[in-house]
Amino acid sequence: MMALDVNGTTRQVDADPDTPLLYVLRNDLALNGAKFGCGLGQCGACTVMVDGNAVFSCVTPISLLEGRRITTVEGLGTAENPSPLQQAFIDEQAAQCGYCIAGMIMRAQALLERNARPSDAEIRRQMQPNLCRCGTHMRILRAVRRAADAMGSASAAPAGGEARL
Amino acid sequence: MNAQFQPNLTRRTLLGGGGALVVSFSLRPFARAAAQEVQSEAEALPEWGSLKDNPMLDSWIRIDAEGKVTVFTGKAELGQGIKTALVQLAADELSVPLGSVALVTADTARTADEGYTAASHSMEESGTAIWHAASQVRHILTGWAAERLGTGAGELRAEGGAVLAPDGRRIGYGELVAGRSLHVAAAAPSRLKPVGEYKIIGTSVARIDIPAKVTGGVAYVQDLRLPGMVHARIVRPPSRGARLTGLDTRGAEAIPGFLKVVRNGNFLAVVAEREFQAIRAMQALAAGATWQRAAALPNEDEIFEVLRRLQSEERVIKAEGGGVTNAAQTIEARYLRPYQMHGSIGPSCAVALYENDALTVWSHTQGAFPLRAAVSELLRMPPEKVRVIHMEGAGCYGHNAADDVGGDAALVAREMPGRPVRVQWMREQEHGWEPLGSAMITEASGQLDADGNLVGWTYDVWSCPHSTRPGGAGWLLPGWEIESPFQPDRPKPIPQPAGGGDRNAIPLYRIPNVRVVDHFIPEIPIRTSALRSLGAYMNVFSVESFMDELARAAKADPVAFRMRYLEDPRARAVVETAAEKFGWKPGEKPGPGRGQGFAFARYKNLACYVAIAVEAEVDAGTGYIHLPRIVAAIDSGLAVNPDGIRNQTEGGILQASSWTRFEEVRFSTEEITSRDWGSYPIMRFESVPGSVEVHIVNRPDQPFLGTGEGAQGPTAAAIANAVADATGVRIRTLPLSPKRVKAALGV
Repeated sequence: MMALDVNGTTRQVDADPDTPLLYVLRNDLALNGAKFGCGLGQCGACTVMVDGNAVFSCVTPISLLEGRRITTVEGLGTAENPSPLQQAFIDEQAAQCGYCIAGMIMRAQALLERNARPSDAEIRRQMQPNLCRCGTHMRILRAVRRAADAMGSASAAPAGGEARL
Repeated sequence: MNAQFQPNLTRRTLLGGGGALVVSFSLRPFARAAAQEVQSEAEALPEWGSLKDNPMLDSWIRIDAEGKVTVFTGKAELGQGIKTALVQLAADELSVPLGSVALVTADTARTADEGYTAASHSMEESGTAIWHAASQVRHILTGWAAERLGTGAGELRAEGGAVLAPDGRRIGYGELVAGRSLHVAAAAPSRLKPVGEYKIIGTSVARIDIPAKVTGGVAYVQDLRLPGMVHARIVRPPSRGARLTGLDTRGAEAIPGFLKVVRNGNFLAVVAEREFQAIRAMQALAAGATWQRAAALPNEDEIFEVLRRLQSEERVIKAEGGGVTNAAQTIEARYLRPYQMHGSIGPSCAVALYENDALTVWSHTQGAFPLRAAVSELLRMPPEKVRVIHMEGAGCYGHNAADDVGGDAALVAREMPGRPVRVQWMREQEHGWEPLGSAMITEASGQLDADGNLVGWTYDVWSCPHSTRPGGAGWLLPGWEIESPFQPDRPKPIPQPAGGGDRNAIPLYRIPNVRVVDHFIPEIPIRTSALRSLGAYMNVFSVESFMDELARAAKADPVAFRMRYLEDPRARAVVETAAEKFGWKPGEKPGPGRGQGFAFARYKNLACYVAIAVEAEVDAGTGYIHLPRIVAAIDSGLAVNPDGIRNQTEGGILQASSWTRFEEVRFSTEEITSRDWGSYPIMRFESVPGSVEVHIVNRPDQPFLGTGEGAQGPTAAAIANAVADATGVRIRTLPLSPKRVKAALGV
């Protein structure tokens, strides 16, 4: 048995410690957000946050995660009460098939928690590890920009040093 | 509202003829005068969409006693947003709120058989059917209300899920349907609402599926968790055509959670309680398997020679004009396209349950009914004992491994009665075994007269098949692996005017002498099938690259040169719109190392019109093509959801900008060697264009033309044309990868 802190709740998990987090989230904890895309850390469909950093859950064994704070897209908000970033994805209609989107949201969330005023170039750089095949990239970038602007103005954080492109 | 179009029917006139199927009927959307005319059946049928094959109204729309509306489509949501557009059509014509309509997608036990969700046909076929069915149901309900209220139907109107009388009396749809049946055939004519009355059709309502997708709701077959469900993984051969000669299962059996090895000829799978246990067991089973390898694939370096050597069926698909007598110059070009991949982000997945001699498969197939036929043949079960239920998967962009994994899951589930079996392919299996988009060769020759007029055009295209969908079990990968294997039928070309390998091979331009020849290669050296837009991607790349080459030879502006030969006013309108919104200036270079490129096509020469202008910046040092700006114009008839059309078109542009700049499947004589995103790179965020604008030329009075496949070909050619403009070098081989661009520039 292992205790994992997932979305602010301690969950007891009975799985081999070598099991990648992705399978524990999907199968043991019945969370759908993180997706199997490659199992190789190449596409980002499985992206979640661990202690505020975006990680590939498909290659991160749970043995490394005891006592760490794990956040999945389910931990941000719900369809009825979405988080600012989820709302921005809805507002921009930033999905086609949507399979990559939960991973996109988690990688963007990690950026916005670290830097409330990212430049457009910083957003692109942050999103580099995540693949989208439908070609929703422009909308994903707009959604992250929109959320950054909304969250940045809400928190009245000082402007970042890098100019927007 | 114009009174002449008010519903003024009794139930008797609506239902008169009872069992009659299709009565003569014709209706261009909103062309209401025409609706009153009795048209010939030949003219009438296509405009009814799938309602002509499934005329019973309750095949499409049902209303329960609470007035809740359920719409049934035989099509599948593939990420293209079709669910939302179909619900919009139904809600507006039925005069009910958007949120009150539930939608059931393809299910062999519940919906009409609409074949495949493919070829950008969903709006034309299912959209048109649901639209008309909704309209007819509203008129029937109004007629029933008139009987009860003792008024003429013409005095009544439908609103908010009820029929209202002028005196304020109101009967809800639920009350109206109580004890009555909508199991009646559609009758002509449908009387759609006039365009000005639509409140939902034509607006960019938010997609109904997106909230669940951004919050971790159950959205995909990958998310399906059934009670008692187990996980299976397939051990595929190490090379194409390899034979399983020895098997030691002890390693797999030692994995915790191991349940069963399933072997049937060369088909090999393992089942475990949990997913990661199944993956471990798969690895252990693969280690215990001995295969006799085969070298069944051609040599990659000679693939285009191989394609030309293979026997092909030659068909002249266009021959016009008496021959060129006044050629001043002749231009020739040959274009090449490698094999390319669908590359779904989510590897294909299916869940199957076998119990009481019946099988249910949950699948992201594009064709629930065809898959049912294939699976029932594979398992040698009667089709009525097999049910296929569509659930979304990751975007497929054509015939990927969705059907194959459905067959895999069925084979394994039969060995695990009573337990739902979930199978998902691994990334390297998806890359290694999915049917590819065919490599292709095109050759063009064009003639200009002394004044630079285009007077002659010949064009040849060689391609392997672009559709090897099931079909039967002979088109399923596991069907070839099992002990008593199935053989595929000999592939057939998709006939013109849609075409397969020759899709869009005929230029839409008016040229006095034209000869176009399709060379269909029935043999399949490497498994191929439908990849979004089929041959149109390559043919439009070729035709539109060649138009640019001819324009340059004629010393004409490429946009003006195209306009000389375009007669269709809708084609001209999208070209003009894209050029104007882009700010196209003849002969103007955007800056050093930069160029502008233009391309146009009408998809299949009978569907949506798309024109695209691209600005490209070529890094001569690295050969990398940056795309600062892309502007597109599309006309796909009546725009039901304009933002949905923009989303699909942007997607097509971005996907094709990846195909065109980066993508080429690599292979050895034994196997596909592009097995992951490292060995098959696709566009990442650093390569995303600076901006993409999509302008819709809306045609509220015109039928749906489909949207999803219009942009791929024009994007490819516009990029190549912009690169030629930027560098002065014409690249005719796809992809325009950094390596190839560098080589072309002689760097």
